[in-house]
Amino acid sequence: MAKGVWFVAEQRDGALRKVSFECASTARKLADETGDEVCAVLLGSGVEGLAAELGKYGVDKVYLADAPVFAQYQTDSYANAVAKIVKEKAPAILLLSWSVLGKDLASRLVGKLATGMASDCVELRIDNGRLVAKRPMYAGKCFGEITFASDPQMAGLRPNVFPVAENVKAAAVEKFDAGVSDGDVKAKVVEVQKDTSGKVDLTEAEIIVSGGRGMKGPENYAILEELAAVLGATVGASRAAVDAGWRPQSDQVGQTGKVVSPNLYIACGISGAIQHLAGMSSSKYIVAVNKDPDAPIFQKADYGIVDDLFKVVPEVTKAAKSLLG
Amino acid sequence: MNLIACVKQVPDTEAQIKVKADGSGIEEAGIKWVMNPYDEFGVEEALRLKEKAGGTVTVVSVGPARAMETIRTALAMGAEKGVHITDLDNADAFATASALAAAIKEIPFDIVFCGQRAIDDDSAQVGSILAELLGVPQVTIVTKLEVADNKIKAVKPIEGAQLLIEAAMPCVVTAQKGLNEPRYASLPGIMKAKKKPVDVKKAADYGISADFKAKLAKMMPPPSRPPGKIIQGDDPAVKAAELVKLLREEAKVI
Repeated sequence: MAKGVWFVAEQRDGALRKVSFECASTARKLADETGDEVCAVLLGSGVEGLAAELGKYGVDKVYLADAPVFAQYQTDSYANAVAKIVKEKAPAILLLSWSVLGKDLASRLVGKLATGMASDCVELRIDNGRLVAKRPMYAGKCFGEITFASDPQMAGLRPNVFPVAENVKAAAVEKFDAGVSDGDVKAKVVEVQKDTSGKVDLTEAEIIVSGGRGMKGPENYAILEELAAVLGATVGASRAAVDAGWRPQSDQVGQTGKVVSPNLYIACGISGAIQHLAGMSSSKYIVAVNKDPDAPIFQKADYGIVDDLFKVVPEVTKAAKSLLG
Repeated sequence: MNLIACVKQVPDTEAQIKVKADGSGIEEAGIKWVMNPYDEFGVEEALRLKEKAGGTVTVVSVGPARAMETIRTALAMGAEKGVHITDLDNADAFATASALAAAIKEIPFDIVFCGQRAIDDDSAQVGSILAELLGVPQVTIVTKLEVADNKIKAVKPIEGAQLLIEAAMPCVVTAQKGLNEPRYASLPGIMKAKKKPVDVKKAADYGISADFKAKLAKMMPPPSRPPGKIIQGDDPAVKAAELVKLLREEAKVI
């Protein structure tokens, strides 16, 4: 009988990412229901010190493989190492974050472990001792509940959705020999080009200020950038704005772009095409600024202003600045 | 080069999705079916490589009878032949990838292209599972690809950085928007596509059973949002101030 709620911790450059604490807290919650231990798998180079940090969020045990080959995430080294320890210890549940690298690893593991996984989940619960995962489908136009016929039952957690809760545990470290060497890495990361802008990725942003066709041109995004700077937000765009070449593809929110769940989504000059609404309607609060009172975006909005965005947005920036300093 | 493009037929992005009353699936009436947009980037990239280096593009799809239209679309864009695997409705990612792998193992290949995810189930698993089952490296969510000396160099954006990844062929690449601008099928292309060979197989021909590891137990509509508040008034500055106040005091999000 498979036992234990496990997750793979995600670190970058020797620091744990927030999604790791989201996984840890969620694993703890599930394990308290099943009466299991929470174990983390941590891979990296010189990362042993991170184990205690995981303990703060309810981790009983950390399986650690610390070696230079794990300094940078690469599919083959990471997937081989995680698969080895998971096959040996046979946990009942294995969680990963549905970040860009998390989903690459998780999906390769599904192949190695010949099991089932629910991608991009927003809710997990235990029913009769088995995992039930709830997830958006069709970019959020509907939801599905996934059940599992094999172990480990795998789930990818959408970033920024699961709460982080402190719950201090021992986090005993058990080192394991992953048996992975440089020669096992078939797809090699040869260069990492860091984005020096410091911009938070849309999928992990707490606030997004997004502009659509109503922005009228790329130069006008300056007013959204100004508002974003005051709010600590990331700027996004609709497909219309990206297809017009006003904004880079990485800024696109929607069914063929990024699906986002920020605390606050401010849609400026976005009418609300269904493929766009699909990508952002799980935001906790939605604000729409549009001069067309019939724009479908207003049906999703918690707060709406029917007016010229070029008059409203700078005023919002001014008001927010005087409030937030 | 021997190139393979995996394609899936999905509802158009503009389609309204309605869940059946019993939660067993979606209402298919009135839906316009198209090739998964991310798969289009894969087909296009395969065609461009073939046009540069010579070779063959084979399209492989798992799907019901109607998915043949999507295979024909890829053939009309310029692919040479197709494999259509049927009888695997409601399959999980592992079963779908197993069927694709079984079909692809019968064809020599240098690169297999998949979309980075399908816009219906949004699972984003099949390309990586397929790579594992084929025993080859994967590079997922690729926005730029160069092929030289039996090797690929791919750009993969991650949160706050871009990775440059090298892998030897054969390999699996999953395509992200930005990789290229897919072509439309020409009229002569559409005519020619009708005569191109498509091998129709049942999942059972490859020994794939409908015994799925992950099951879609139930579907439901999205949670409804409470009706919103339209901030009234004539002065943009007053309305803006009211909005900021609400975000601070009521929503508590700033």
